[in-house]
Amino acid sequence: MAIFDKFQQLAAARKEIAQNCNSFFNIVMEEIISGTEAVVNGRPTILAGSNNYLGLSFDSGCIEAACEAARKEGTGTTGSRMANGTFSGHVALERELAEFFKRQGAIVFSTGYIANLAMLSTLVGPGEIILLDADCHASIYDGCRLAGAEVHRFRHNDPQDLEKRLRRLEKRNTNILVVVEGLYSMMGDRAPLADIVAVKEKYGAYLLVDEAHSLGVLGANGRGLAEEAGVEDEVDFVVGTFSKSLGAIGGFCVSNHPELNLVRYASRPYVFTASSSPSVIASTRKALQLLKTRTELRQRLWENANMLYQKMQNLNFLVGPEPSPIVAVRLKGKAEAFALWSGLLEHGVYVNLVLPPATPDGNCLLRCSVSAGHTPEQMERICQAFTAVRELTAVPQAV
Amino acid sequence: MQGYENILQELNRILKPFVPLGQAINEDTDMVADLGLDSLKVMKIIESVEDSFDISIPLNVLPDVRTVKDFALQIQKINGNQ
Repeated sequence: MAIFDKFQQLAAARKEIAQNCNSFFNIVMEEIISGTEAVVNGRPTILAGSNNYLGLSFDSGCIEAACEAARKEGTGTTGSRMANGTFSGHVALERELAEFFKRQGAIVFSTGYIANLAMLSTLVGPGEIILLDADCHASIYDGCRLAGAEVHRFRHNDPQDLEKRLRRLEKRNTNILVVVEGLYSMMGDRAPLADIVAVKEKYGAYLLVDEAHSLGVLGANGRGLAEEAGVEDEVDFVVGTFSKSLGAIGGFCVSNHPELNLVRYASRPYVFTASSSPSVIASTRKALQLLKTRTELRQRLWENANMLYQKMQNLNFLVGPEPSPIVAVRLKGKAEAFALWSGLLEHGVYVNLVLPPATPDGNCLLRCSVSAGHTPEQMERICQAFTAVRELTAVPQAV
Repeated sequence: MQGYENILQELNRILKPFVPLGQAINEDTDMVADLGLDSLKVMKIIESVEDSFDISIPLNVLPDVRTVKDFALQIQKINGNQ
């Protein structure tokens, strides 16, 4: 057996998709016009599938901060945080994140994926247990795999099922870490966090919440679902990313556990990775300031989110369970999904096409995400494009 | 703790709705190759098994489960531990 033989199934699946929807594998942002628009296939296209929730990737202050840092400190740190890769900016950002989240400590990682990999693989180990929501992100699953701990799933957003499992595992008398997300990336639904907190408190488990999609989106101050649900003190660890609301790349963990700092020395994904470049740290610090002060961005984001969700419902599309900046249209068949996705692209709108097994329930998804940066005209064009493709295809009506 | 035969019997009952009509199931049946179960169906079966035996099955054991017998033995082991 040759080394690539195991990819034959993948190759066959790729071929089938390419035959039905060739452009699926050829999406290149040929020219970036703004945070919400790019040239795709030679055509100006509205980006309705990015995670640029607050529209800060083109903020002039963030860009200026990044440019200045690159000029002063260079394009990269060329080293790990444990060696020469901790610049004053990394330390300052950690302090600012801890202050923002009202926590004792923070660690900055090079990506959001690495933040989950680093925290999960280090916090728990052999003989201990992770209990994660079934719909958690791949980075959480991968972190669990690296941990060497026993990994159990509970049914998505089901605190009763979580309790049932905690009860079954209680006799094991070991540390249990419960892992959920603030806002789930595929369907845009919130975790029932207050109920989950009540259950984990009852059984003395720890709780880690990934606020990747909810930072800057939920909570009176944009701190995420834990703030919105009023349970910040009961959440042991908050993990998040800079690549969504903060418009850059990177990740973090904040906690009130004084031992958080020790994770640095035990975490291979932290130690054996180059640290974030100075420009990324500088733009993130600026974006964090803007997240705190420009509350109108969050308001505009939710106006756009509610508008698109309502529009999809009016068009009888089957959408996620609640309005959110992630508006996911569920489609049963791949053929319909390809037709709609291609049609939207022809109408100058890009959304994410997500196919099983990457989707939670085996359906195909047209995953839209809106931004505070989408203008009313762009929102109108997105809605018009969906109206046009809705009329062109025979997608079954939502019930 | 339940005996192996009882576990096997219950497992067959749980598997039945997930396999094509008339498809025979025995201890050596390969759950993916013979029954054609995809990952979603496997997860649903696991949930049914967990509720039926009041256990929680760790994801870590799944790579070692290929046949119905492998699954029954894992259930027996977890049943004893939990």
